[in-house]
Amino acid sequence: MHPKDEKYALRMKNVSKRFGGVQALDKVAMEVKAGEVHCLAGENGCGKSTLIKIVTGVYEPDDGTEIEVFGERISSNSPTKARAKGIAVIWQDLALFPHMSVAENIGIDELVGGRPRVAQFKSIKTRAQGVMDRLGVSLDLDAPLSSLPIAQRQVVAIARSLMSDARLVFMDEPTASLTQSETDALLAIVRNLSADGVAVVFVSHRLAEVLDIAERVTVVRDGKLVGVYPTEGMSQSRLGELMTGHMLESEVRARDKTGSDIMLRVTGLSRQDQFENVSFDIKRGEIVGITGLIGSGRTELAHALIGMTRTDQGTIELDREVVRPRNIREAIAKGIAYVSEDRLTLGLVQPQPIADNTVTSVLDKILGSVGLISSQKKNDLVDGWIERFSVKIGETSDAVSTLSGGNQQRVVLAKWLATNPKLLILDSPTVGVDVGARAGIFHIVRELADEGLAILLITDEITEAFYNADRIFHMADGRLQAEYDPHQTSVQQLEERVYA
Amino acid sequence: MTTMKRAYTALGSENVFLIGALIAVVIGFSSATPLFMTPANFGSMAFQLPELGLLTLAMMVPILSGGLNLAIIFQANISGLALAAVLIHFGGVDAGYDAFALGVAAALAVGGISGAVMGLVVAYMGAHPILVSLAMMIFLRGLGEFLTKGGDISGFPPFMETIGHGYLWGIPIPLLIFLGAAVVWHIMLRYTKHGFSVYMIGSNIQASEYSGLNTRRTLTMIYTISGMVCAIAGILMAARFNSVRVGHGEALLLVTVLACFLGGLDPFGGFGRVVPVVLALCMLQALSSGLNLIGANQHLSTAVWGLFLIGVMAFRWAASRLHLTNRRRS
Repeated sequence: MHPKDEKYALRMKNVSKRFGGVQALDKVAMEVKAGEVHCLAGENGCGKSTLIKIVTGVYEPDDGTEIEVFGERISSNSPTKARAKGIAVIWQDLALFPHMSVAENIGIDELVGGRPRVAQFKSIKTRAQGVMDRLGVSLDLDAPLSSLPIAQRQVVAIARSLMSDARLVFMDEPTASLTQSETDALLAIVRNLSADGVAVVFVSHRLAEVLDIAERVTVVRDGKLVGVYPTEGMSQSRLGELMTGHMLESEVRARDKTGSDIMLRVTGLSRQDQFENVSFDIKRGEIVGITGLIGSGRTELAHALIGMTRTDQGTIELDREVVRPRNIREAIAKGIAYVSEDRLTLGLVQPQPIADNTVTSVLDKILGSVGLISSQKKNDLVDGWIERFSVKIGETSDAVSTLSGGNQQRVVLAKWLATNPKLLILDSPTVGVDVGARAGIFHIVRELADEGLAILLITDEITEAFYNADRIFHMADGRLQAEYDPHQTSVQQLEERVYA
Repeated sequence: MTTMKRAYTALGSENVFLIGALIAVVIGFSSATPLFMTPANFGSMAFQLPELGLLTLAMMVPILSGGLNLAIIFQANISGLALAAVLIHFGGVDAGYDAFALGVAAALAVGGISGAVMGLVVAYMGAHPILVSLAMMIFLRGLGEFLTKGGDISGFPPFMETIGHGYLWGIPIPLLIFLGAAVVWHIMLRYTKHGFSVYMIGSNIQASEYSGLNTRRTLTMIYTISGMVCAIAGILMAARFNSVRVGHGEALLLVTVLACFLGGLDPFGGFGRVVPVVLALCMLQALSSGLNLIGANQHLSTAVWGLFLIGVMAFRWAASRLHLTNRRRS
């Protein structure tokens, strides 16, 4: 398919890009061998996306930048030219068409075009099947895309890029919303691609899978190249250090809170088809982790605690008082706060200002003497939380969507801490938050616990529960299966239990 | 920062743009006809604007919340009818102020209840506001035509004439009512919990609910208040025409939507302010009066409104492109 002398799919030198006063990239270099799985690692805002956008022709690089694709020097670039050279990107949002069939999505580049012509559905279907075979997957080509889970949509996006004969594929956080088994399946496909001679550049926050899949990793920090490293012999903590520039803590911090007052006591809580006979307690200042796969009932349990759904049986006692919230407002009034797992559609109102998002749950606290919203009180409250949680923002009037994942999550925490809760439920709080920022989030969480807040940490990242919770419950099939003390167990042991 | 730039930031780009367009329209017509810059013309504009203005305020908040209220015209008509019925019951031409007060209360109640029903259906059944308000519009039109047998109801006391055509402190009373409502709307949207919730719901109703906002109550309120301001428009219409007729002002429905979008409301909800919408209304009124004065066909002015909106969209697109490239270069 391609001449043998093309040893490198991509060679870049001196890649620089300046946006206004910000040097997004400063003389970065990167080399990807043909058929290699290469990882591009770095925190949000380090310049990864800018780099991808330069290779794919979305941005024009500054003078001095040298790019070679399959041995050919690129002088002018555009998304169309990049595609013609065999470069494809699979963005995090996939850019697919939910109402069209799988086959139509795969063949979309042939269905659209300037000239009107009769679409060759039949040949597209045959070729789509061929691509599926190459990937070693089988999907119903006639099914509407919207009927597929996100993991399979990802496969469709990959197939689509192969239809246009891509030989260099960029994948932007492909596993961010996948479960462990789905991730494993995706990684298998990536290996197939690589065996097929397609070079894959993999962008991910999840260090374990980076080390698992890639042969080499290029690390970028603050727009500068840190280095290129073989993944063989590299540890997660070392890679995290390279990305963030400082040591990541990785010690078990679980404390014994047996002696403290009970803040939350859940007894025999059940809801049909979701969870059954769930009983546990959380002490004042304690962080209790619940880990389990999607569908284990963990999020459903949280929804019941905040009154989004009713329970059939059981009681919830908060601070020695039985509570039965009928909606989230009642839960807030009782002192329960809920950080949703879905920051994009449930956690924050993305297009609205940072300030407004911070005060939504505490509007009564910013009312002035005549019952109208006082700008003064609002600004004071917002500024206070922004400072307390060190949220990096431009203006508080900017849309919250302009912030990085980590900073958005800090805004979510601010919004809920402003309600002065007794119990804070964190549902997968680090989804889409990068490594360095995760440590920052958990630093805040620990501080809050030290102030006496009871915290329920729901997560499917076992290491996260292991290093941050004081006690861990494993949830599966709607039941709490067992309780673990991080000091008495190991990540491996927990993983075996959860993924068994 | 230069003074110009500072003024620009303080006013907001939307307002500066609309004020510029308004000035252009005024200068254009003033040079085309000496009749434009006259007290008589401004007087007539001041009497024509308020009905459209109040109906636009009624349309605005549902749009901000991501919905629409197609029933506004007939909510206004049927509320006017409620006022007329009370006035006629208490002697028609001889009805007193107390009868008027009762009639106004009845009109507000009818407008508010018809709105509340829509709001409840939208909030609790999750039905789309376009369908719900369309159904309400057809219901109210049918009901109104049945009750009036398709005719005019007239014979109001003389003070109704004053409300529709009189002056207070040298300002037309309808204009005062509209400006008062606009100020209330501005305060409601910017400084009340309700207004805050409207914007949040317009951007993402689910996230708003998860943040603890009472989205159902807010939606119900939105349509109830919309219905009540329709009632005020209906009362004004009754006073201006000295009669009530189901179907009065039917052509205004889509003009209110036009005014909202011209005033920079996001068609998908969540963004938009009262002041630019009021400026947009002034501009539409100036356009229509100006065209009328230079002897253009009345239908032409409707056509020009439409063209104007297309022009504005093109201009905004161009401005945002320019803004983007500027940011990239600087």
